[in-house]
Amino acid sequence: MDALLIDRLQFAFTISFHYLFPQLTMGLALLIVIMKVLAIRKKSELYNNSARFWAKIFGINFAVGVVTGIPMEFQFGTNWARFSTFAGGIIGQTLAMEGIFAFFLESSFLGLFLFGEKKLGQVGHLISAILVFLGSWLSGYFIIATDAWMQHPVGYALSPDGAVHLTSFWQLLLNPWALSQYAHNMVGAVITGSFVMAAIGAYYILANRDIDFGKTFIRIGVIAGLTASILAVVPTGDFESRNVANHQGTKFAAMEGLFETKRGAELTLFGQPNVENLKLDNPIAIPRLLSFLTYLDWNAEVKGLDAFPREHWPDNIPLLFYSYHLMIILGIFFIIVMKTAAFYLWKKKLFEMRWLLWILLVSFPLPYIANTAGWMTAEVGRQPWLVYGLMRTTDGISPTVSASSGMFSLIGFIGIYILLGTLFLLLVIRQINRGPATNNLH
Amino acid sequence: MEILWFCILVFMLAMYIVLDVFDLGVGIIHRLIGRKEADRTLLIRTIGPVWDGNEVWLLAAGGTMYFAFPKLYASGFSGFYLPLIIVLWLLIMRGIGIEFRHQIQNSMWKSMWDSVFSFASILLSIFFGAALGNIIRGVPLNQEGYFFEPLWTTFTIVPEAGILDWYTVLMGLVALFTLATHGANYVAMKTECELQQRARDVVKKSWWGVMILSIVAAVATFSIRPDIGRNYHDYPWGYIFPLSGVVSLISMYLFTRRGKDTKAFVSSSIFIAGMLAGTAFGLFPNLLTASTDPDYSITIYNAAAHEYGLSVGIVWWIFGIVLTSGYFIYLYRTFRGKVNATPEEVGY
Repeated sequence: MDALLIDRLQFAFTISFHYLFPQLTMGLALLIVIMKVLAIRKKSELYNNSARFWAKIFGINFAVGVVTGIPMEFQFGTNWARFSTFAGGIIGQTLAMEGIFAFFLESSFLGLFLFGEKKLGQVGHLISAILVFLGSWLSGYFIIATDAWMQHPVGYALSPDGAVHLTSFWQLLLNPWALSQYAHNMVGAVITGSFVMAAIGAYYILANRDIDFGKTFIRIGVIAGLTASILAVVPTGDFESRNVANHQGTKFAAMEGLFETKRGAELTLFGQPNVENLKLDNPIAIPRLLSFLTYLDWNAEVKGLDAFPREHWPDNIPLLFYSYHLMIILGIFFIIVMKTAAFYLWKKKLFEMRWLLWILLVSFPLPYIANTAGWMTAEVGRQPWLVYGLMRTTDGISPTVSASSGMFSLIGFIGIYILLGTLFLLLVIRQINRGPATNNLH
Repeated sequence: MEILWFCILVFMLAMYIVLDVFDLGVGIIHRLIGRKEADRTLLIRTIGPVWDGNEVWLLAAGGTMYFAFPKLYASGFSGFYLPLIIVLWLLIMRGIGIEFRHQIQNSMWKSMWDSVFSFASILLSIFFGAALGNIIRGVPLNQEGYFFEPLWTTFTIVPEAGILDWYTVLMGLVALFTLATHGANYVAMKTECELQQRARDVVKKSWWGVMILSIVAAVATFSIRPDIGRNYHDYPWGYIFPLSGVVSLISMYLFTRRGKDTKAFVSSSIFIAGMLAGTAFGLFPNLLTASTDPDYSITIYNAAAHEYGLSVGIVWWIFGIVLTSGYFIYLYRTFRGKVNATPEEVGY
């Protein structure tokens, strides 16, 4: 394997593993704030104990998120040195701002939130929860703004030495790409948080223990989960895909599996991209729908891959196509599950319907898969560019780091992350078994 | 503007070293002075609520280096690839050592994480010292401004030296002793009774190590890099940095003997900051000196980002650092005072 492939695999592996944790952090941060508000408004120990229980899981999850996050920032320098020389003056801005505005806030108040409830009092504790929420969501924004610049570079100019430099701070920070991607990503995080919460609630009811907690978790999880699942499609997902259609024609054509430009293009539900013969095998499609969804016109022309030079095509079209469609299918599934659960919750029958509780319980890994698939769509689809239209991925790697050094670190990361993942599961399962009832404040 | 960002970068690194390193230092002496499990629980609790915030200084310093001097970030991080990756793994092990230890109330579990925490802290200290040693000694930059160093070659200072040679190992030991002393000062300040006494004993002994190694390192530095004195010759006011370092090293000893732990801790902070600033002053304007050809050196001028980015950066940086100071003051005030043995179920 050559160095380029190893560098890409290492980044892909470490970022995919890392993002399993922040998505729960960001989703739970919101739900914990909601619990804490309910606890104070209803003066309810049930909600307070729930918040404390989730804070424990949040703490474990946060720790793994922090330690796996550090390698992300450093890898820009270690494995992508040419890219860093080229664009560091711009994307370094948002990364440094993440540290200074988000991480300091988040880490300072997390310590207070986890260990300071007695010292702070209830309102102070709520405020620290809100600040942790704010910090984690801000951190998400700065990272999305960094990625958005790579997807859709704005506010820059080329320097004589071949690097790019910043010309507009506000364009970088308020990149329209970042705004739409952020909205879509954050509802994705809330979906993860909601499904995890509902799953643990369902577990308690099915296991016939901590029933009141189980019902509380399901109620919050289902209501938040339904809201977020709908928002993920309309308006955020819709907006996002139109953005891609307007600015990243190659990604759009490849993820939709559209090899030929046509008027009244069909929306493919599934199929198998055949890159050799440049067609989609065995498609199941709805005629003209893609044209309508993209341009609100049943006969609008949608550009296929043939409209672009081949060297600008993403280098792994099947992976891109399948990731995107997996995300879409899961997204539809989330709406169906949460709508059904919400309906029976409203009918006050949900807690007796064991089959539905079972579905809620076993569905919790799916949002993780959907979020990962969504990010794979975004990043595999950005290929062959590292910075869309400006720098190709092949030109971004470190000139002095050999494939064998890369292999050493990749294998090491895989080993350490397997260990981390195992420990994480062990500790979270332990907390779930101990249950939320043991969380009285002494 | 470049000079300003150089100062900011040194300031952030110094903040990281002074703050995070007391928890690194606590790690170094963790198994040495924490003889019983309860002692070690107490030690972890002295840093529990603050270590994560402290470590953010490393990320923030990294981010600052990234956008202010992108070329340095690219060249340095790819050149030091192997040790940096190992540092990342150690940071991971150390972080989960602190965070996972208190999750299970079982003495084998705790003992295991205590060892992981301590082992990672010791190696990290040595690596940080060796990194500084590499920066002082210089690295084999090529014409394009990149380099790659193996972990070690012959342990002598040759053009194709590795990360570890006798000089950088010496610097690693200086760092190990300095940080152990710093950590012990912090423990003495935050605990009582037996543990406090043991921490003071560590300071009294390791202080000699710091002093002797610092002198040896200073002599070695001047012998391999005689030009490091040039800035001091041209701008004698720079002597204030090493001088404040020396003074605070002496005052640390005196304060410890009298049991004034807070003042000893402050002295040790000033010692570290002074020595770091002194080194930076000597290297200026070089960020990464080339051992191949002086013209290939990465300086604050050829590595700096464009003017505009640096100017907007300064605005939000000041704003952000004021906010951050607020959080830190509030956080440290909330957890101020001695940590004692009353068990707190959720806490460290």
